[in-house]
Amino acid sequence: MTQVGSVLVVGASAAGLATAEALRRKGYQGALTVIGGEFHPPYDRPPLSKQVLAGEWVPERAQLRTADQLAALDAEIVLQDPARSLDTAARTVRTASGRAVRADAVVIATGLRSRAFPGQQSLEGVHTLRSLDDALALRSALQSADRTVVIGDGVLGAEIAATARGMGVDVTLVGMLTAPMVGLLGSRMAARLAQLHTDRGVHMEFGVAVEFLQEERGRVTAVGLADGRVLPARTVVVAIGSVPATDWLTDSGLTVADGVVCDAFCQAADGVYAVGDVARWHHRGLGKFVRWENRTNANEQAAAVAANILGENRPYTPVPYMWTDQFDAKIQAHGLLGEDADVQVVEGSEEDGRFVALYRRDGHMTGVLGWNMPKQARLHRAAVVDHYTAQAALHA
Amino acid sequence: MKITVDEDKCCGAGQCVLLAPEVFDQRDDDGIVVLLDAAPAAGHHAAVRESAAVCPAAAIVLSEDA
Ligand SMILES: Cc1cc2nc3c(=O)[nH]c(=O)nc-3n(C[C@H](O)[C@H](O)[C@H](O)COP(=O)(O)OP(=O)(O)OC[C@H]3O[C@@H](n4cnc5c(N)ncnc54)[C@H](O)[C@@H]3O)c2cc1C
Ligand code: SF4
Repeated sequence: MTQVGSVLVVGASAAGLATAEALRRKGYQGALTVIGGEFHPPYDRPPLSKQVLAGEWVPERAQLRTADQLAALDAEIVLQDPARSLDTAARTVRTASGRAVRADAVVIATGLRSRAFPGQQSLEGVHTLRSLDDALALRSALQSADRTVVIGDGVLGAEIAATARGMGVDVTLVGMLTAPMVGLLGSRMAARLAQLHTDRGVHMEFGVAVEFLQEERGRVTAVGLADGRVLPARTVVVAIGSVPATDWLTDSGLTVADGVVCDAFCQAADGVYAVGDVARWHHRGLGKFVRWENRTNANEQAAAVAANILGENRPYTPVPYMWTDQFDAKIQAHGLLGEDADVQVVEGSEEDGRFVALYRRDGHMTGVLGWNMPKQARLHRAAVVDHYTAQAALHA
Repeated sequence: MKITVDEDKCCGAGQCVLLAPEVFDQRDDDGIVVLLDAAPAAGHHAAVRESAAVCPAAAIVLSEDA
C-alpha cells in the first residue's frame, strides 16, 4: 500500500484503543479516528466480573485512560455512534447517526456480544455480562438476591459464580460439560477448580444441560434442567459464550466466519484489518486460523496491526496468555493447555494450592499453568515459546 | 521518563518483565509487579513503553516529561 495518511478504528475498547496508541507510538502522524458504540469512554472488561462486580472498585477505576491521556492521543474519538456498514473497496464506514468516514486503513475492533439463551431477552431477572452497564445491573441484582443460578462452562461463568459467592449469595453453577473451564484447563485441573468452588460453598451441577427458563409474569423464577430438576432463582446469569460483533459487516464483502477472517498479517482485505476478540487470523506458528478472546491478545495484536498498517509486514505469531482470579486462586495460562494434554506438576504442590504444571501434547510442550504462582509460571514460559514460533520461522 | 505502577490493578502477567527485565520484576509469592527502576536510563525507554502498552491490566503509567 502507499503511504497511509488516515486511519479509522471501529470499536473503542481494549483492542481499538491499543491500536490507536500503538500507531502514535510508532510515529504515525496522520489523521486518526476512533468510533465507539458505547456511551462510556474506553474501559477494561476483566475487572467487570471481579473488582467491579464485587464492589471493590468504583466503576471509574476500570477506565483504561484518563481524559488527558485520551486527549494526548490526538485522535477524533466518537462515542455512542455505532458503525452500521463498511464499504470495503472505498474503505468507508457509515454510522448510526449518518456519519460517513473514509480512511486509507480501517481497523475492525468491535469485539463480541454475549450469546443469549433462547427467550431470555423478554425476561426480567436474567443477566449477561459483557459491558460495564451489564456489570452494574448484575451487581445491583446480586445485592438483593439470596440465591442465583449461573449457567455456563467457561471462565466467565466460573468467575461470576466465585464473585457472587463472595458477596454472600447462594450460588449454583450449571454446565453441560464435566467441569468448569474443562476445555481450557483440561480435566485434571478443571476438577481442581470445581473442588475449589465446592469448598467455598458453590453448588456445582455439571454434565447437565439447561432446557428452559421458567417465568411468572415476565420474571424468571427457575432454571429447568434436562434431567427434570428445576432450580428456583429470581436472578439468573447466562454465560454461555459470546459471538463476534460483526452484524454491521454483512454487506461488506469481507469473509466473516465466527469472526473477521484475516491473513497472517491480520489483514481482512486491502487496507482493512481486524484486531482483538473479533479477529480470526492465520497463526503461522500453529499453521491454522485462530480467534482468541483474551485481554493480552487485544494489546499484542494491536501492536502487530499498527506495525502492519505502517508497512512492517510482520506476521502475528503470539504465545497466548490468559489469567483468571477465582476466590483466592490466581490462575495463569501461557500457551494452550487443552483437554487431551499430559499434565505434570513441576513446581510447588497441588496440596498447598500453589504450583506450576506443564502441558504436553503429541510430544510438544504446549502450555504452562500457574496456580497461585504467577512469577514461577512465567519463568517456565520459555519452554513453550518454540511451539508457537518455530513453524512461523520456517514459513518466513 | 517516570514510571508508576498500580499494584492493585496488576494481575501478575509478567509481560512487563519479559520486555524490560532491568526495570520490572515480580514478587515471588504473588507475582505482583516490582518496580526496580522508576526513572530508567534512555536506553530502556522503548522497552518500557512497550511494557506499558502490552500490560493487560493497564497497571503501568508513564510520564514522559519528568
Ligand atoms: C466480564 C469479562 C471478564 C474478562 N476477564 C478476563 C480475564 O480475566 N483475563 C483475560 O485474559 N481476559 C478476560 N476477558 C476478555 C477481555 O476482556 C477481552 O479479550 C477484551 O476485552 C477484548 O477487547 P476487544 O477490544 O477486542 O473487544 P471488546 O472489549 O468487546 O470491545 C469491543 C468494543 O466495540 C464496540 N462495538 C461493537 N460493535 C460496534 C460497532 N458496530 N460500532 C462501534 N463500536 C462497536 C463495543 O461496544 C465495545 O466497546 C474478560 C471479558 C469479560 C467480558
Ligand atoms: S505486565 Fe502489567 S499486569 Fe503484568 S506483571 Fe507487569 S504490571 Fe503487572
